[in-house]
Amino acid sequence: MALELNPNFRETGKRYHRDFSPGDDFYQLLIDTHRDLTDEQSALLNAKLVLLLANHIGDISTLREAMALAREDV
Amino acid sequence: MLKTYTYPKYEYARPPELSGAAPRRYPVIIVGAGPVGLTAALDCKINGIDAIVLDDDDTVSVGSRGLCYAKRALEVLDRVGVGDAVVNKGVEWNVGRTFQGEKEVYNFNLLPEPDHKRPGMINLQQYYLEQFLVDRCVETDVEIRWKNKVLAVTQHDDHATLQVETPDGLYQIEADWLIVADGARSPIRTMLGLDIEGKVFMDRFLIADVVMKAEFPAERWFWFDPPFHRNQSVLLHREADNVWRIDFQLGWDADPQLERQPERVIPRIKAMLGEDREFDLEWVSVYTFQCRRMASFNHGRVLFAGDAAHQVSPFGARGANSGVQDTDNLVWKLKLVIEGKAPTKLLDTYSLERCWAADENLMNSTRSTDFITPKSTASKTIRTATLQLAQKHAFARKLVNSGRLSVPSYYVDSPLNTPDVDEFNGSMEPGAPLDDAPVSVDGRASWLLDHIGNRFQLMVYCDDASTLDLALLRAVENVEVVVVTSREQPLKGLTVLHDVKGRFAQRFDAKHGTTYLIRPDQHVCARWRTFDAARANAALARATCNA
Repeated sequence: MALELNPNFRETGKRYHRDFSPGDDFYQLLIDTHRDLTDEQSALLNAKLVLLLANHIGDISTLREAMALAREDV
Repeated sequence: MLKTYTYPKYEYARPPELSGAAPRRYPVIIVGAGPVGLTAALDCKINGIDAIVLDDDDTVSVGSRGLCYAKRALEVLDRVGVGDAVVNKGVEWNVGRTFQGEKEVYNFNLLPEPDHKRPGMINLQQYYLEQFLVDRCVETDVEIRWKNKVLAVTQHDDHATLQVETPDGLYQIEADWLIVADGARSPIRTMLGLDIEGKVFMDRFLIADVVMKAEFPAERWFWFDPPFHRNQSVLLHREADNVWRIDFQLGWDADPQLERQPERVIPRIKAMLGEDREFDLEWVSVYTFQCRRMASFNHGRVLFAGDAAHQVSPFGARGANSGVQDTDNLVWKLKLVIEGKAPTKLLDTYSLERCWAADENLMNSTRSTDFITPKSTASKTIRTATLQLAQKHAFARKLVNSGRLSVPSYYVDSPLNTPDVDEFNGSMEPGAPLDDAPVSVDGRASWLLDHIGNRFQLMVYCDDASTLDLALLRAVENVEVVVVTSREQPLKGLTVLHDVKGRFAQRFDAKHGTTYLIRPDQHVCARWRTFDAARANAALARATCNA
């Protein structure tokens, strides 16, 4: 499974009239998930999110690729 | 005083009511000679409604203010006769650059989709737009009463009464219908005790309009956290007359009085443009903004439009653009109600459809604001990650949100639509704003949208017009038939548009016999694979609340 780097957000049953809408839906969800948390709580939330999503993807070579890209420029 | 523009001074005239004329009731009075009120006035004129405009001032917008006019607003302005003036004076731009710190994250070229009459957006100072609208009002005999300030409004069952103050004293005037386009602070909304709910954004922005003395690229530059203005955002945009808009985020703690002083503003601009670049400061303003809307835009005989009804953050240019679309939605409905051809409840759909549009605008501009001004360390970190990834990866570029350009709403859930029964592809579903297409009429090049609007129309597409039952088409009542053909074929007594590039067939998924019913505001309200007069009339009845 190659790492998907093109826009890939969508929601079943939802129709979009603008190409920026699915990505903006996701971004707002992410920001809202952090609302009212301390910095420490937010860092913990992000870590949990990484673990949940990593397990969902499952394929370790894909995760390795994502980790390498995430590490760049940090 | 501006260096590049002289504000016109429009002459106050003593109103007839103060010169002994018998008081009369106007079918429509519009309060506010801004982009929204003036567009409404011109639209009333086109629709044969006798409307007058009252405004408490005697000139156009002070300062450049609303700067970006998007495709849909330009199409409405075309319909009321000022599209060319606005587009000819405006600046079209295509290249946008986004920076984080000192680094360019990415750039885009807004190359507009081909074969539309109007571009995605033009930049033009608001005073020019208002001036062109006033000029058009003068040309078409629309009465604007300058220096006429509304002091009180009383609602009655079938009209509203206004107390108006002028340099010659007070007078009273009545309107069957009152369109309120008196801006964000809307004195009339306050007079009537109506609420508008939402929130103030806890941030301040500085606008500086500068005249460049040398060449400078006509591009949109957006900085997140630039070295010359740390931890804040900056936007640079070109206006007409070689004027450039620079927008600095200042933060909530900034002192608005202090920040608009030239000795504070000029060093900020020099830090940005470099010490050597020569410029003149044209106009400066410090603003905050609110995101809010009224629960309903129609209250008995009083109809609210534009900023009076809803306000959004400026990111995405969704203020004036959506206000112009309010009147686009309102005036044809008002005409049918005034003429007794539709029940008053048709105006409820004005509120319904434009509240949806306002909510969409509020959502998109709030998301942009959240991206541009992150409110927590976590939000800021997520944004930094997005901007870093955007330098290399397409998915992250799509997430970068420095403003989502105003686009029209799809009224897909409108009760005025007749749901599809036939299969269609593409986006021209009931509720959609019409796509444009190049056409020719009697061999002359033209645009689809120049022939659609101001009345209900049936667009019937055909490959071979000789197979059409013309008697049947001519027999349709209350709606004008427009035939769109894949080849040049004149038909006596019918408007025929030749789909010269096949864009109509493509954009409307049109096959021989495909029929669209279009509202006067250029939105689709029904479509079928075959023409059927009875179905068309049923859809028309539904679209006018007569079903």
